Formats: sequence, structure tokens, C-alpha cells
Amino acid sequence: MTMTAQPVRSESAPRPTASRQFIDKVFKARELAVAVVLVVMLLATQISNGEFLSEQGIKDLLLNSTILVLVATGQAVVVITRNVDLSVGSVLGISAFAAGNYLQSGGNSLIAVLLAVALGAVFGALNGALVSLGKVPALVVTLGTLYVVRGIDSIWVGSRQITADGLPSGFVDFGTNGISVVPYLALLTLAVLLCVGYYLRSYRSGRDMYALGSSPEAANLAGVPVRKRIMTAYVLCGALAGLAGALYLARFGNVDSATGNGYELTVVSAVVVGGVAFTGGAGTVYGAALGALLLTSINSVLPALGVSSVWVTAINGLLLLLAIAVDRILALRVAAVLRKQAAQMRSARHD
Amino acid sequence: MTHPEPETTPVLALEEVSKSFGAVRALRGVSLRLYAGEAHALAGENGAGKSTLIKALAGVHRPDAGTVLLDGAPVEFHGPADARDAGVAVIYQEPTLFPDLSVAENIFMGRQPRRSLNRVDHRAVKRAAADLFARLGVDLDPDQPARGLSIADQQLVEIAKALSFDARVLIMDEPTAALTGSEVARLFGVVKTLREQGAAVLFISHRLEEIFALCQRVTTLRDGALIGSEPLEGLTEDDLVRRMVGRDLDELYPKQETEAGEVALQVRRLTREGVFTDVSFEVRRGEIVGLAGLVGAGRSEVARAVFGVDRFDGGEVEVLGTSLKPGAPSVAMAAGLALVPEDRRAQGLVMDMSIERNIGLTGFAETTRAGLMNRKAERSRSVDWAVKLQVKYARLADVVGTLSGGNQQKVVLAKWLATGPQVLIVDEPTRGIDVGTKAEVHRLLSSLAAEGVAVLMISSDLPEILGMADRVLVMHEGRLTAEIPRAEATEETVMAAATGRTKEGSAAA
Repeated sequence: MTMTAQPVRSESAPRPTASRQFIDKVFKARELAVAVVLVVMLLATQISNGEFLSEQGIKDLLLNSTILVLVATGQAVVVITRNVDLSVGSVLGISAFAAGNYLQSGGNSLIAVLLAVALGAVFGALNGALVSLGKVPALVVTLGTLYVVRGIDSIWVGSRQITADGLPSGFVDFGTNGISVVPYLALLTLAVLLCVGYYLRSYRSGRDMYALGSSPEAANLAGVPVRKRIMTAYVLCGALAGLAGALYLARFGNVDSATGNGYELTVVSAVVVGGVAFTGGAGTVYGAALGALLLTSINSVLPALGVSSVWVTAINGLLLLLAIAVDRILALRVAAVLRKQAAQMRSARHD
Repeated sequence: MTHPEPETTPVLALEEVSKSFGAVRALRGVSLRLYAGEAHALAGENGAGKSTLIKALAGVHRPDAGTVLLDGAPVEFHGPADARDAGVAVIYQEPTLFPDLSVAENIFMGRQPRRSLNRVDHRAVKRAAADLFARLGVDLDPDQPARGLSIADQQLVEIAKALSFDARVLIMDEPTAALTGSEVARLFGVVKTLREQGAAVLFISHRLEEIFALCQRVTTLRDGALIGSEPLEGLTEDDLVRRMVGRDLDELYPKQETEAGEVALQVRRLTREGVFTDVSFEVRRGEIVGLAGLVGAGRSEVARAVFGVDRFDGGEVEVLGTSLKPGAPSVAMAAGLALVPEDRRAQGLVMDMSIERNIGLTGFAETTRAGLMNRKAERSRSVDWAVKLQVKYARLADVVGTLSGGNQQKVVLAKWLATGPQVLIVDEPTRGIDVGTKAEVHRLLSSLAAEGVAVLMISSDLPEILGMADRVLVMHEGRLTAEIPRAEATEETVMAAATGRTKEGSAAA
């Protein structure tokens, strides 16, 4: 380098804090952005339709989203490890029926919920074993289990149906009542969400999940027990899908062999819209929950605005594409900033 | 002061360890003993088995035969975690970091300081990382994500990781390749302190003077076999080279003198945003031009852009006077360009296909009539080239995945030479192949140049660059930093330009 370049460089030599802050903001802002879109959308709807955020309206909104939030929480953990679980819809369906079947034969409500969770966990363990031991891509494995579980469900359930009148009234009440406008189901879901979020952030095994998704090879070299962690993620995801099945039963009181059909794609959309990188390693369960909230809200917002609900699917898809596009653009921006910063640090160090 | 083999038990040792990958025998009955308080150098050429040996010590690979001994007792490391828990710290040649996580988390992954209820103490993680950086004297922010760090900074994070626990054995695979002089000095200071505190050190470097500066004992590998283990004192650099290469250098680098002809490949101000900038050079007929630089300097990326695999944002590529369309490999091939890529398994070959069909991939224009392939023409074309390059195979229909690394590389070369290129770009042509095949490849490149082909050879193997190239181009962090004629090219001049320690000689033609 020439002499004249020296003073310029030494001025820019101190750590480029502005760019650091930009990056920090970008990573923290993702959840915030989804939250802002959600709030703006709800407020706008409220302004054009005063009935929308009535007591019942809020309650419905929360009730409708709890199940998706719960499944999305589990899915987010799996996606963070650079895997995916497509079988959640089937697992939810079969767990819901198992719990309902047990309750109809006079079972205890709490045990019914635990039964659904355990059943979900078993299917999660099956997925985890196939993915981690078989080293088969998760997309294919869980597509397989999606159909297998649905098939078992169909054979077992047949044309039977669980209806609310066959269930204990306490169980059904738990599914619809709450503390003022907040349903019990939403509280339970919130508790689960906070626990999983805290686990991912503050426990070694939780950090391992991020490491695994960020670079599987580096995780292996760093001594992360790769198989065990993938297993944990799938069992957690399956258990939460099972729990969601129990809540579904409590909320709707109606389960047949088609329950949860096609649910997996909504869940994955919610996770991605909420900022969990599909390539693993980045994102939070809170983001996934916000994504789930956003997607369910659209379901309620459109009718309130007088738009036909046939648009819902298309808009969900559009949101998904938007989320991915934003991710890509941000990733490129961040990479450019980091590169510039690294170059500055380097020239500062070499002087 | 002499260093006879100490009487004490080695901290970590390998006894008669062998390891194969498919047809490739990476290690053959190798023994190695690491003693407390001693720095041990591991010498050998690229592909001699050094990295495999390290991975056996680090619990990444489990030996097919032989034992790993910890404090004299046989152990089985079931994974890197086992080795780490036994006090073995490894700095790998190519940094393996988590791009999405902070630098601090990268260092302490799996070993984070904890507070009550086993929760990770994020603040302590950050503080400990900052302390490590202070000890190493580097200016890195613990909160910064690893994504976007330069190779040198990534290497420093790896070093910090290895130092972050009180290692009994510190293994370093080319830790200094990307570092500046002062960073190297500081690293050596830290290593020396660790050694004096009783740690055993295993050190790999291509810079022989570093081996002599840091180590007391040296073990030499060649083609996966143990050549010898001896005190460094009394050895000269030439002795070491002879042990590593096992033959005269003239024989390994049979460079023929050639007359440089017209310009065959002209690259002007080639730029790909954020990858490489303003790269200009030319390669003449009959010349072998070496492109040196550290891993990550952007050499392969330049080659990919020239050949049209990647697009470029600015600049121009001309082959024999015709300007190439960016991002169009078929146009480049038609113009007489061929690229033998860096990673033969992923980029050079279709591993599940036969030798015949792999070579045939570049010849569809010749072997196809009216849209139908003529299998007979493909076969005879493939046989010609396989025989010409002396590929060792049982049947031409054998799947290339079953061949040894050296033979696979010959198939890749055959595939591209069959197109009759005027300009040949070879990226790491001898990585991971045995010394014998290496010499054959060098002889081939040399005779191609003598026939008037313009050869651009990218290599991380410095002796290869120095031994084969008529001119050496050096890249550093995406820029061409030096052009050195054969007569002036030495390990020092090339490495200085590759690490950015000097900006002199940047007067690229």
C-alpha cells in the first residue's frame, strides 16, 4: 500500500461498531418484524370492522392459533437442527384419536393428555432413529412416516368418529374456557413455548441444536453428540404434536381419520415465516410462534374484512415466499457488511 | 542438548495404526509417540496421511488396525468428544466453525461455563473468550458471528478454541498458514508456555523453518507409511525434504524448459463482487503458470469464473483472441479451454459412473450423430485416453469410485485432455495422490506445455508450484498480489505475498 493510504486507514481502524449494530439488529429484528406485521394487520382489521377484536374475537384468535403454535414450536427445534418433520399432521391426528378413544371408554383426562404426548414422542423417536441412524434425508423419511402413520390411523379409526358428547365435560370445558379472554389452552401453549425457548437458549444441549444446524461437520468435530441431539429434537417435536392432538380434541371435540390432514405444510410455513432458517442454525421458537400466530390470524382477518376465505391459501403462500425473499436479501446484505468489516479489521491489524 | 527418546510413557501414542478409505490406504502401520513437554513435528507431503493420522488421534477416525494409547494404556475414542475429554485439543487445517453462532460460542461449544441449574452462563462465555483473545493478542469481538470472518481470523478462533481448555496434547495442523508474522510469533509463545507446563505438542507445517524453530522431534510420513521418527537436532532442511519426498526433487518435478509462445489465455481486470477483485494475468502457449495463495484466497473462484462455471461482475476473458461469454462453460470449452477442478469426487467425476462414461462426458459433440450416441465411438475415445494416461483399471466399465485417488485424478485429466484443449487449468492436480502418480502428473503437465498447451496450475503445494511453474502468480484475500518469475520464486517470496506480508512485486505484468 502507498503511504497516502495510511492515515485514511488508521482513522477507520477502530472497530466498526455501526455495522456490528446493524447485524445485531437484523438478527433480533426478525421476530420484531413479524410481530409488527401481525399487530398492524390486526389493528387495521379492527378499524375497518369494529367487531373483530371483541372479547369473543380475541378468544377465538388465541384458541385458533394455540394448536399451530404448539406444533410450530416443536417443528422449529427440528428445523434449527437442519432437519424437518413432515409427519406432525398425522401424529397429531392419531394422538387426538387415541386420547379421545381412551376418554370415551371412561378414562382420566390428565392421563389422556399424557397418552397423546407419549404416543407423539414414540413416533418422534421413530423419525429420529430413521433420520439419525439411517442417515436418510429427513424430508424423505418423514414423508414416509407421514403416510405410514396416516395409514395406521385410517385402519384403526375406520369410519369411527369421536364427538364431544362422548368426552368428559371437564375436558371439553378446559378446551373452551379460560381466564377472562385468555383460554387455558393458550396459557398452556405459552408455558410450553417459554420452556422450549429457554431450553434452547440456556442449556448446552439446546445450544448444540444450533451448532448442529449451523455446521454438522463442525458439530461432530466439537464433540456434539449428533445422533442424540437429532433424536431429542424429533422426540420433542413428536411429543408436542401429540400434545397438540390432545388440545385439538379438547378444543373441537371432534376427531376422525382425516384430522390433521395437510397440517404439516402450514406448520413448516409458520416456522419459516417466523424467521427460522430452513437451512438450520438460526431462528427462535418465539419467531416460529409469531409466524404461526400470523398465519392463523389471516384466516380470521379475511372473513372480517369481507374477503372470501378462498384467498387464505394463496396469501399464506405469498407470505412464505416473501419471508424467504427477505431472508435471502438480508443474508446478502449481512454478508456484505461482515466482509467489509473483516477487511477493515484486517487492514487495521496489519498496520 | 540432545533429545533421546524419553524413558517416560508417552502421553498419547499410536501403535501400528492402519486406516483405509475404499481403495485408498491412507495409513499403513504407523506409530507415533507424543511425550509431555515435547513438541513433535509431523512431516510429509500433501497426501502422505498426516491429516488422517491427526484424525485418528482426535477420535474422528477409528483405526482399522492398531491401537491408540493414552498414558500407555489402550483407549478407544468413540468420537471427538472422547478425545477432547482426554485432554486432546486439535486445530484443524481448515477451520470448522459454526457460521451462525458468535465467536465466543464457537470457542466453548459443548463446554460452556455454567451457572445454577446447569444453565449456560452466556456472560462468562463471552468474558472467557475475550480473555483468550487478550492472551493471544488478537482484536476480535466475542459477540461477532463467525460468518464473514477472514480465514486468518477463523484460524485464530480455532487456536483460541484449542487453548480454551488445559490441553495435555495440542495438535496443530498447519495453524500458521494464514497468519501474519506477529500472530505466528505470539502463537509460538503460547505453545512454548504450554509445552513448558508439560503439554505434548504435535505440529504440522509446510514451513520447514517453523518446524526447526518449534520442535524437538520429527516423524516423517510418505504415502501413508512411516519413514522415521528422530530428534530434529542434527538434521538439516534438506535431510527432511529427502525423507518426505523419498527421491530426488528433479525426478518429482520433471520440468522441461519450453519457449513461451503467443498469449493463449488473457484475463483482464476480472472481478466477482466480494470474492476476487481486479485480477489480470496472461498465460502463453508452452508456459506453466502457477497460481499460489492460501486456502480461501480466491484462486479456485478465479478459475471457475474464467471457465464460466460462475459469472463474473466485471472484466474480460480471452482465449486465443476470442472473448468468452461470462457464465458459459460450453462456450469456454469450444474456445479450447479445459478445467480440471479442485475436488475430483464432487466436481471432477460422476462417482457412480464407469471410467468409460466419465471420460465420454466431454465428448458428446464428437460421439453423437443425429442426436444419438455412438457407444462404440465413446468407448474407443475413452480407451485411447485411459491408455495414454496409464490409468490402472480392471475393466473400462468399472465404476470410478472404486479406483484409487491417483487413478481417479488420471481419469479426470483424461476426460479433459480428450477435448484437445489449448488452455488447461488444473486446480490442485495432485492433492491426495501418491508420490509416484504425482510425478506422472507432473511429467504429463510438462509435456503438454512442451506441445504448446498453455497451463494454469493452481496448487497449495508450494514445492509443486516452485518445481513446475515458469511464473508464479500469488493471490491474497481475493487480489493478485505478486507475479514472480521462476528464478526469483522461493518459499519466502511466495509465502510473503500469499500472507499479504509484502505488497511489493505487485506490478503484475
